[in-house]
Amino acid sequence: METVKLTIDNKQVEVPKGTTIYKAAKKLGIDIPVLCYMELHDLGVENKPAGCRICVVEVEGRRNLAPSCSTACIEGMVVKTHTTRVINARRTVMELILSDHPKDCLTCPKSGRCELQDMAIKLGIREIPGQEYAEMSTYRKDFSPSIIRDVDKCIMCRRCETMCNEVQTVGALSAVNRGFMAVVAPAFEQDLEKSPCTYCGQCVAVCPTGALTEVDHTAKVIRAIADPNKTVLVQTAPAVRAALGEEFGLKPGTLVTGKMVAALRQIGFDYIFDTDFAADLTIMEEGTELLDRLTRFLDGDKSVKLPILTSCCPAWVNFFEHNFTDMLDVPSSAKSPQQMFGAIAKSYFAEKLGKKREELVVVSVMPCLAKKYECQRDEFKVDGNPDVDFSITTRELAHLIKEFNINFEELPDEDFDRPLGESTGAAVIFGATGGVIEAAVRTAYEIYTGKSLSKIDFTELRGMEGIRSATIDFNGLPINIGIAHGLGNARKLLEEVRSGKANFHAIEVMACPGGCIGGGGQPLHHGDSSIIKARMEAIYREDAGKPIRKSHENPYIIKLYEEFLGKPMSEKAHHLLHTHYFNKKKDVYIK
Amino acid sequence: MHLLVCGGTGCRASASDSIAEKLKAELAANNLQDEAQVIQTGCFGFCEKGPIVKVLPDNTFYTQVKPEDAPEIVKEHIIKGRKVERLLYVDPAKKQKVEDSKHMGFYRKQMRIALRNCGFINPENIDEYIARDGYQALGKVLTELDPQQTIDIIKKSGLRGRGGGGFPTGIKWEIASKNKADQKYVVCNADEGDPGAFMDRSILEGDPHSVIEAMAICGYCIGASKGLVYIRAEYPLAIQRLRIAINQAREYGLLGNDIMGTGFNFDINLRYGAGAFVCGEETALIHSMEGLRGEPTNKPPFPAERGYMGKPTNVNNVETFANVPPIILKGADWYSSIGTEKSKGTKVFALAGKINNVGLIEVPMGITLREVIFEIGGGIKNGKKFKAVQTGGPSGGCLTEKHLDIPIDFDNLIAAGSMMGSGGMIVMDEDDCMVSVAKFYLDFTVEESCGKCSPCRIGNKRLYELLDRITKGEGTLEDLDRLRNLSHVIKDTALCGLGQTSPNPVLSTLDNFYDEYVAHVVDKKCPAGQCKSLLRYVIDPEACVGCTACARNCPVNAISGERKKPHEINPDICIKCGACYEKCKFDAIRII
Amino acid sequence: MSHIKLELKPEQVAKIKEICKSFNNDPGELINVLHRTQETFGYLPAEVQEVVAAELNIPVAKVYGVVTFYSFFTMLPKGKHPISICTGTACYVRGAEKVLDEFKRILNVKVGETTPDGNFSLNCLRCVGACGLAPVVLIGEKVYGRVSPDGVKDILKEYQEQQ
Repeated sequence: METVKLTIDNKQVEVPKGTTIYKAAKKLGIDIPVLCYMELHDLGVENKPAGCRICVVEVEGRRNLAPSCSTACIEGMVVKTHTTRVINARRTVMELILSDHPKDCLTCPKSGRCELQDMAIKLGIREIPGQEYAEMSTYRKDFSPSIIRDVDKCIMCRRCETMCNEVQTVGALSAVNRGFMAVVAPAFEQDLEKSPCTYCGQCVAVCPTGALTEVDHTAKVIRAIADPNKTVLVQTAPAVRAALGEEFGLKPGTLVTGKMVAALRQIGFDYIFDTDFAADLTIMEEGTELLDRLTRFLDGDKSVKLPILTSCCPAWVNFFEHNFTDMLDVPSSAKSPQQMFGAIAKSYFAEKLGKKREELVVVSVMPCLAKKYECQRDEFKVDGNPDVDFSITTRELAHLIKEFNINFEELPDEDFDRPLGESTGAAVIFGATGGVIEAAVRTAYEIYTGKSLSKIDFTELRGMEGIRSATIDFNGLPINIGIAHGLGNARKLLEEVRSGKANFHAIEVMACPGGCIGGGGQPLHHGDSSIIKARMEAIYREDAGKPIRKSHENPYIIKLYEEFLGKPMSEKAHHLLHTHYFNKKKDVYIK
Repeated sequence: MHLLVCGGTGCRASASDSIAEKLKAELAANNLQDEAQVIQTGCFGFCEKGPIVKVLPDNTFYTQVKPEDAPEIVKEHIIKGRKVERLLYVDPAKKQKVEDSKHMGFYRKQMRIALRNCGFINPENIDEYIARDGYQALGKVLTELDPQQTIDIIKKSGLRGRGGGGFPTGIKWEIASKNKADQKYVVCNADEGDPGAFMDRSILEGDPHSVIEAMAICGYCIGASKGLVYIRAEYPLAIQRLRIAINQAREYGLLGNDIMGTGFNFDINLRYGAGAFVCGEETALIHSMEGLRGEPTNKPPFPAERGYMGKPTNVNNVETFANVPPIILKGADWYSSIGTEKSKGTKVFALAGKINNVGLIEVPMGITLREVIFEIGGGIKNGKKFKAVQTGGPSGGCLTEKHLDIPIDFDNLIAAGSMMGSGGMIVMDEDDCMVSVAKFYLDFTVEESCGKCSPCRIGNKRLYELLDRITKGEGTLEDLDRLRNLSHVIKDTALCGLGQTSPNPVLSTLDNFYDEYVAHVVDKKCPAGQCKSLLRYVIDPEACVGCTACARNCPVNAISGERKKPHEINPDICIKCGACYEKCKFDAIRII
Repeated sequence: MSHIKLELKPEQVAKIKEICKSFNNDPGELINVLHRTQETFGYLPAEVQEVVAAELNIPVAKVYGVVTFYSFFTMLPKGKHPISICTGTACYVRGAEKVLDEFKRILNVKVGETTPDGNFSLNCLRCVGACGLAPVVLIGEKVYGRVSPDGVKDILKEYQEQQ
């Protein structure tokens, strides 16, 4: 590899050709402040518009300052990163950025986790000269079911635009307007609801300021708990337990399942249940649907649609409802675990309690923003009463725990309630890319072959590669499996399926990079993708430690079918646990 | 005999089309169509006195011609051989009629290389271009020289980019030629956006083939078979003439495959700009050609390495290209003998503002501002006093009396705090307020900033706000320091050339007219009497005769008084429109 | 943002599709496509942009991003007589601002707006290169040179009388 030698702050360093000054300085332990720059190394994402100009440095022989994030090192270059000229420039630029930024930090949802705030502290900004007569660029606020856009706070770092277009290929957001009014927005600066936004929340996950935040439901949850006439159930998604600890200063990848349950109990939820239970249920339904389609296909039924696509990710559902409208009968009709849980809670469990569904409030804790949208879809309501009332994110739960003054680290490990709190290792791995399909394979294999698996771990289905495929031997029948995470990868894979290039029996898609562990509702990773990896390891650790690791062996699932549903894909199961999809593509305005 | 009628945009706006028609009809009526030919040419440059009709071979220069003058011109000049005296140009200094355009002050000090054919040939006829050595340079290059030899000539000539930056053209070509790729592109930047510069448009309107020929030569040098002209959509005439020229060149086998039987392939297509000044910056221009927002990107990589569609691309502006064929034909030594040590050849300027001879001029590098303004430009309009000259448009600065004798070239202008830019040259007189001028340019930059980088997006807005406050009398001395610091930081940190130069109008006026700024912020006065908020209109009771003209014309009824008695202006109501000042026949209205 | 609701007729959709096709539905030709579309429709309302986006297979947000970047593109219909004031430097120093103010005052519109009767729209443009005639005003294709604030009324009269 060709390398170049250069001097940064009087220190020599040798780096591969093409390395940026920022990275070379990092190698020397020199910290150059960056704002718009973001690198998600494992996902191959790099956002470097060189727009904020905070990371500028002095390069000898160059007339003006150079943005270190996007200037490549050259042999013999002499760089100074913290001269008075540089520091004055950084401060002045920061003052400029702040002069066009609202000062409502006290009530801003990003306060305390805001990269702009951190930078203002770092650069020692104490006042903004001329603020009293400086015009600010202002825009209409946009409240969607999942995401709030308050782009008065946009600093044009373009990270959301990169995520939405390059990573997710959703194309809901673009830089619009010019000059002082330039901002990132949907087409015609309309609301996200009118755009092809899937609410995957990846824009929120990377936004350095309060311009993009989640819709907060914590107040509604507190009110429900306080209401004596309501029984409040909570369900927690698998990915939450692998990340929640980060909000309390624990190392990424720390599992906090027991503490999380204890905290929820202290907050006052009446029943602490697990979405993992519903994940096991999903496997029963989706796995059966796969086997059904497969058997009919092998019997020569030409009407069968293969591959079957997983449908537990609501952003993915939104994505294909917008972009693959010709393939709406291809995904599994199984509802997502969140919605299966809600449907069972407000029927089976309500019956057990002897309560009406209206008396129950189901809250879900999700790593996800699209879940907020999903739970208010009309098809998931009975007479206007939703199966899941409120969906809150991992971040919102952390906030609730802090607000209730709970010393999280000191909490004892507690257990979920029964019956909807029991789950298997198969359900836990739903949280990582490849996990749903691995769980499905564990069950489908045993049901199809009638044999017991000798090896439960299908490591060939795991990993961070954006698109993966593997063939699993079902007793002589090769089953081709595809996996994609990140909607851009999903698009690629689906286009291959559509054009007939790919030949899969089943495909798992997760909208967020890494799967739910990298969801838009998780603690902010601030561009550090090693955090996502650590969460993934935690998920597989939890699975490995579970006594039962196959969904169809979950005793409470078996009991649920015996007592209530009959068998998978029964009429009752169909009614409660399956759904259908809508064409959301905008028609091209013909009248 | 030839009757050349200016067909540039300025003259066409004053009915030069119908002058040409009338002349043709008149000649036909007199059966003279074979004796004298009417040709509609590109711009003569002397826009101030347009429309222009020039008669060859005697160089008679008729100014401000009207269609109804056609019969007289034909009858007197063509038939009787007598010049139409009343249409001749009058030298404002000597008050004498000038018979031969060569003796006009406007043309005497000019040297036309890029504009060599403008005003001489019919731009819609390739044969006329060929008759003036057109496409000979391309022929010479293709048959006698290899690409490197050609690049060496351009390098040796010392030609530097005329779009603003002044980067050596030969070196640019050489870099592009050395980068290997299956496809390369030659791009001509014709997105002239500098408010007050129109040389590129005039060249394309007056001599489109010179650009086409040069682009083909460049394509040969760097190994590109495709050329693109990125042209402002607001230039319909230039687009039309360029299209005609491209088609003619294709018909003649001068574009397309196997040009002149040498096996060299090159063709040109047009891409349209859509009104974004920043697209003059080459990376922004390339993004715009790719169908994207015209936002610049960090350099390196330079377009020569990764440009249009990710391929090596050489971008030059119109005027730069127009210089290439003569350099090839007459040699590098000839070209480098013109100009100063580091700036060779000539430069086209659009001379405008408070000057007698507004127009397009081409002068050798090294000429002084004094020569340009007072000899070619004929001095300041209405006998007012020269105050400043702004060069380089929104990227440049205001130069003063003390700069009048420095030789104009790239480096001297930068040293003086301005720059060459694309060649706008706006002359200002004592009535122009320099704070307002700086504000005018910042208003433009704020409007044209792409918004990508924070110093330009927000910084220029803040500069504008500061200047606005100063012109309203709300500024402080501290604001002047802020202006300076902010200007320096924006220059130092902005992403592209637009932001890196946008504070120049502020800095140069701060440097050269600091007292005027101080007058605004300390004395709350605008010495030039331009800043409305700092003015007060009063009536001198001694001079006022009470005619009531002012009161009757005041749109807001701010003036009261009885007939035949001195009137008064109520300053609380007065909107400072100046109507009273204009109407008063007794000089009784004072601006203080 | 355009608030004007426009429903496209099938033949209008067909026209846009035809324009896109003439550029091989190549997203790289977006700006050329928008030029041609604006020539046809006079402006680029949201619905038109939706069709262009669908045909070129790019997000409509990106199309809108481009439309709002370039000042030549407009989402508002122009008046019957579009008035453009040159605000190039040469015109500025010869008083273009006062001329602009007068147009604004008489028509009672801001820059970029159209009069309620749809007769006039007012815009600024950069140097038209007729600096010899500064200040310059364009109404449609017609160029008016050396315009003074006093002359504005008379210029407008020419068009008002045509009604």
